[in-house]
Amino acid sequence: MPVSSTEAHDSADAPPFTELAVVGAGPAGLAAAVTAADGGLQVILLDAADAPGGQYYRAPAPGLGATRPEALHHGWARFAGLRDRLDRHRGVGRIRHLAGHQVWAVERTGADWTLHAVTGPDGGGSAALRARRLLIATGSHERQLPFPGWTLPGVVGAAGAQAMLKSGLVLPGRRIVVAGSGPLLQAVAVSLARAGAQVPVLVEAGGYGAYGRAPLVLAADPGRLREAARHGAALVRNRVRVLTHHAVTAVHGTDRVEGVTVSRLDREWRPLPGTGRRIDCDTLAVGHGLVPLLDLAVGLGCATRCGADGVAALVLDEDLRTTVPRVWAAGETGGIGGVQLALTEGELAALTVIDEARGGARGRGARRVIALRRARRRMRAFAELMGAAHRPGPGWIEWAAEDTEVCRCEEVTAGAIRTAVDELGAGDSRTVKLLTRAGMGWCQGRVCGFAVRELAGCAAEAGAPDRRPLACPVPLSTLARAVRHEDG
Amino acid sequence: MIRIRRRTAARTPAGVAGAEPGPGFEITFDGSPVHALPGQSVAAVLWAASVLSWRTTRVNGEPRGAFCGIGSCFDCLVTVNGLPGRRACLLPARPGDVVTTQEGDGHAGLLH
Repeated sequence: MPVSSTEAHDSADAPPFTELAVVGAGPAGLAAAVTAADGGLQVILLDAADAPGGQYYRAPAPGLGATRPEALHHGWARFAGLRDRLDRHRGVGRIRHLAGHQVWAVERTGADWTLHAVTGPDGGGSAALRARRLLIATGSHERQLPFPGWTLPGVVGAAGAQAMLKSGLVLPGRRIVVAGSGPLLQAVAVSLARAGAQVPVLVEAGGYGAYGRAPLVLAADPGRLREAARHGAALVRNRVRVLTHHAVTAVHGTDRVEGVTVSRLDREWRPLPGTGRRIDCDTLAVGHGLVPLLDLAVGLGCATRCGADGVAALVLDEDLRTTVPRVWAAGETGGIGGVQLALTEGELAALTVIDEARGGARGRGARRVIALRRARRRMRAFAELMGAAHRPGPGWIEWAAEDTEVCRCEEVTAGAIRTAVDELGAGDSRTVKLLTRAGMGWCQGRVCGFAVRELAGCAAEAGAPDRRPLACPVPLSTLARAVRHEDG
Repeated sequence: MIRIRRRTAARTPAGVAGAEPGPGFEITFDGSPVHALPGQSVAAVLWAASVLSWRTTRVNGEPRGAFCGIGSCFDCLVTVNGLPGRRACLLPARPGDVVTTQEGDGHAGLLH
């Protein structure tokens, strides 16, 4: 049920009001919404997808009749519990779950926030609502680095292959090389193999040695050690070979992937000459970690920091407040840290929202808050270690040949970007963008942003947030209506 | 105790998830019939039929298909029932959908 139809928007009716709006129904947003509702707050939960769960707990479409959706997931019981609580709160009207609502902007309206969303599969509908407090749990998307052949059909995002598997029960091919960096690759390789693909090798550009050099951080997060052991055993069982300090430096094929070249890397991630080996495959699933989705938060003026992984994340205090009053954030928006951290932060953020709504009184959740804060600190320490271990080394830019496309939308090559910097004097990625159109296409730099910044070689920009006034495509008619409403 | 792992000869994602889908239907891709299952996105239907590209780029005419799988990269744009620029990874397939390769920006038809 839309909160405010287009017609209502045009009329003099004020948009509906809620005490707390949670944007994103992934692990962090779900945990936050049900905790806040448990504490008596009226909550509206907005999410772009048709069903709750986010990307991590993405479930097969109902029409596919999956009787064992948990077989595609870890920790499904935790999600099922959250979903049941959500259903109960929806039943008594304490949470309104607005599925299929993608928030494209938030603006300040007096003491409240006004959220604007597009609705429906084609984004043709619109909705607006007002909230006293805002909690941003918009998650992340995958980071990509360009290399020769990465635009060929059959090269897919590692997280993308996982998402398509979970929701559509499909695989992109039969023999899939998994490559890139970060712990997500292990989960992807295991999922693809369990679903019937042959995964000959997992190619990790970083290494796992850095974890061993921080035994105290590891010991403080035993859940992570168990997870690593479980993945390691599953990789062996599914005959997936793991190559660390290696990268896919070329893709072969004319119409689609027929094989890849895997090269050994030095400590700076430069390919070592003469180490390239060809591996036959019909698909490459590739990704280099995740990037927080900060469009709404940056649009509101929330401060960011550069994480150890080299990308921007929100500055948050220990109660998950952003630097803007009445705006909280949880999960990957505060830095990539995984599902347990997202669940912890969602709950913790909601408890502090409840306290503030009650005028600062620490309620019955006081002891829980202390335990959650402690858990969050150790998981955040692990996340920093993880980010540093898999942050792309500066030598990766040697993977990109002159004619390698960096911006997939506008088909801008690494050569064009280097020319803009070396010959035309571009000193920052914005000037590179204006001279080459890198990042000006459909995706607005979401895929190429990190790579363009690094190729432009502007150290001062490292970890600076992207700025996009609209968080998703919005029809001009919707924008026009929003403006008319303001004028009225 | 030794736990015996049951493993069928050919594992599939549907088998792993114990999928018992509702009745399937057909869509067409560039004139050829393609079988679809209820709830699958257009991209999932095409992947299941081993089709990996359904767009050619505006500048160099290169083939592209689904990449990010979650609606943020826009590489999976496709023409569905005559409307170009639809994100195949987000759009649920419906019976009788006519899916065609999107060339360039997909607006060539408007010139005529």
